[in-house]
Amino acid sequence: MSADAPPAPPALAIRGLWKAFGRKIAVAGIDLDVPVGSCFGLVGPNGAGKTTTLSMASALLRPDFGGVWVHGQDLWVDPLAVKVQLGVLPDGVRLFDRLTGAQLITYAGLLQGLDRDTVAGRTADLLRALDLEADASTLVVDYSAGMTKKIALACAMVHAPRVLLLDEPFESVDPVSAANIRQILASYVAGGGTVVISSHVMDLVQRMCDHVAIIAAGHVLAAGTVDEVRGGSSLEDRFVELVGGRSTGEGLAWLRTSSG
Amino acid sequence: MVAHLVRLKVTLLRNGLRRSAWQVVGLVFAAVYASGAVVASVVGLGALSTQDADLRRSVVVLVGAALVLGWWLIPLVAFGVDATVEPVRFATFAVPRRDLVIGLALAGLIGVPGVATTIVAAASALPWWRQPLAALAALVGAALGVALCVVGSRAITTALDPLLTRRGFREVAAVVVVLPLMLLGPITSGLAESVTGHSAALPAIARWVAWTPFGSPWALGSDVAAGAWSGALAHLGIAVVTLALLAALWSWRLTDAMAPRRSAAGGTHVGVGLLGRFPATPMGAVAARSLTYRRRDPRYVSAVLVVPVLPIVFAFGFGSGGFLVAVPFAAATLGFSIAADVSYDGTAFWMHVMAPLRGREDRWGRVLGTAVLGVPIVLVVALVALGVAGRWDLTAPVLGFSLGSFASALGVSSVASASIVVPVVPAGSSPFASRQGGSMAAVGTQLAGMAVLGLLGLPGLVLSILAATTGSLLLGVVAALVSLAIGTAALMIGVRKGGDLLDRRAPDLLQQLRSMA
Repeated sequence: MSADAPPAPPALAIRGLWKAFGRKIAVAGIDLDVPVGSCFGLVGPNGAGKTTTLSMASALLRPDFGGVWVHGQDLWVDPLAVKVQLGVLPDGVRLFDRLTGAQLITYAGLLQGLDRDTVAGRTADLLRALDLEADASTLVVDYSAGMTKKIALACAMVHAPRVLLLDEPFESVDPVSAANIRQILASYVAGGGTVVISSHVMDLVQRMCDHVAIIAAGHVLAAGTVDEVRGGSSLEDRFVELVGGRSTGEGLAWLRTSSG
Repeated sequence: MVAHLVRLKVTLLRNGLRRSAWQVVGLVFAAVYASGAVVASVVGLGALSTQDADLRRSVVVLVGAALVLGWWLIPLVAFGVDATVEPVRFATFAVPRRDLVIGLALAGLIGVPGVATTIVAAASALPWWRQPLAALAALVGAALGVALCVVGSRAITTALDPLLTRRGFREVAAVVVVLPLMLLGPITSGLAESVTGHSAALPAIARWVAWTPFGSPWALGSDVAAGAWSGALAHLGIAVVTLALLAALWSWRLTDAMAPRRSAAGGTHVGVGLLGRFPATPMGAVAARSLTYRRRDPRYVSAVLVVPVLPIVFAFGFGSGGFLVAVPFAAATLGFSIAADVSYDGTAFWMHVMAPLRGREDRWGRVLGTAVLGVPIVLVVALVALGVAGRWDLTAPVLGFSLGSFASALGVSSVASASIVVPVVPAGSSPFASRQGGSMAAVGTQLAGMAVLGLLGLPGLVLSILAATTGSLLLGVVAALVSLAIGTAALMIGVRKGGDLLDRRAPDLLQQLRSMA
């Protein structure tokens, strides 16, 4: 980019995001910038606020304070215009699981306003790429956990969004499928797309992401490129160092006695 | 272990109340309603002690039998059985089967209907308070009666459940098994009514009912009071054997109920089905999905079934004229079935929240999906009713008023389901399951919606009745036009209002759904 062009806005900009559920504060003032064309990892311990942050960034949850901009457009000011640019895979929600796999992807595509031929073509492509062709006509409720994850991922991608927000996309997915998905996401990023992934598997994030933010107790503890954040050590060590709370496993002595 | 299960139910109920103000409102509402009924029953039973023995026996036996039948049959038609403490949850724990059955039965008593039933049953000893031995026998009978209520309702729903959820078999089973059971109420009440025209026949009926499994425990008090020891023993025997059989049936079916549930529809469905046949727009997709769910989701089956069933029930109650009156009611009920549509979606509703979907498209889609199925059903049932009643002169008002009510109900429920969500059992649960507090909140919404619907239907109803009594064809046409005009207006306004509400509140509804999940 030449020096005199105005700086392009980040793919996803989060400012002062805040959310409380009753008295429990889930997200306490998070700021994040996700550059265009990056693969951004969001890591943190259980209950850190990853899912809440991603939900607010994907229009599924209204923030108490703060804002979300996608490619410079304010999500909560013009939701319809922004939603077309987002592909979302939420965690801990159901799907319309009385539809077959093919029907579910078709449904997602039609809801996004795609025409019938486009939806049909992309549904076939996605089923093939995610190795779900054989189960295209099975009800999603009869899918395994990993297959359900994959079909939800297909739904998130069917309308070719500019930004993918994926909450724990590799949970319960088998290694071969995970490798496939990583490859799909890598080529998506190479083509200029932006991916945000939440995970608590540090190795995975270190391997596939170029940027990372460590979140704990609703705050960002560190953010930047993976190399900046880990600073020489492994991401996992850096994470444990920042988040703290390692216990030595003592006090469970009875667990060992039962093995004899 | 048994105490543990009971405590679990209490804890779940209390935590449920703490999470939702709506459930508190629902519980208070139900409690007020129930305590009215309980106080009236207790006072009535107390007053009965001054009457002669025959009347005492007749009333107690008949009321008791009705109570048991209510517990057995109402869950099949409405409300379902409270599934707060679901057997499947205990699959991984080594709970002795006997403890599980007893614990679940006692847990079933916790809640407004259970407490009310227990009090009324205990009060059934009041008519014999002057004869301690008889009163004691009546109390034993009451305990047996309450046990019959709870165990019977669980046994029947658990036993019928697989029939309704097995793939392909469900629709047939619903008609073959459930329909006669639904009609059992009206049939018996019809029979009873025809006989009780002369109240002199009351003791005879009571004597007959006392020998049935659901009437026998309530005869113990009067048997002992009259010194009829052999009768008392026989009635006791019938009640105990029935209870044992029901408990055995429940215990046996519990094994299946504890296995993880497979999908009801199942099988493979090639292509994209209805999604390929509706217009390829967001609205068309919602309509196609909505209609698909009516076939594959057991929770929607009863809403569709009510259209043919309600008129038959009315016909038993009020003769062939009742058949005609029921059609618009059934149409309104079917239209009102989408009032909890967002609640039924559950957290899957996120797909609508995330998509660039306008609220009105969502609303129209759901309305369309219901109308494609509902309009033909309403028309057919209305024409059959007209034919059976032989009142073809009322074709215009009956058709117009029914379709108008259907449209009004769709409009009202479009607003309702965008306003509040209520806890419902998740997709794939038994059609008989219900969630504590859920049904109460649902009843609250339903009452409010029905009140609005009643107002909207009033002009059409009055004009239709005038047309029927005067036999004026012109009035009939006017009734039809007025009903259709009101229905169309309610539908247009309802979809607009509901859609706008949804645009504003969709993320908030989703958050509530997540907190209930």
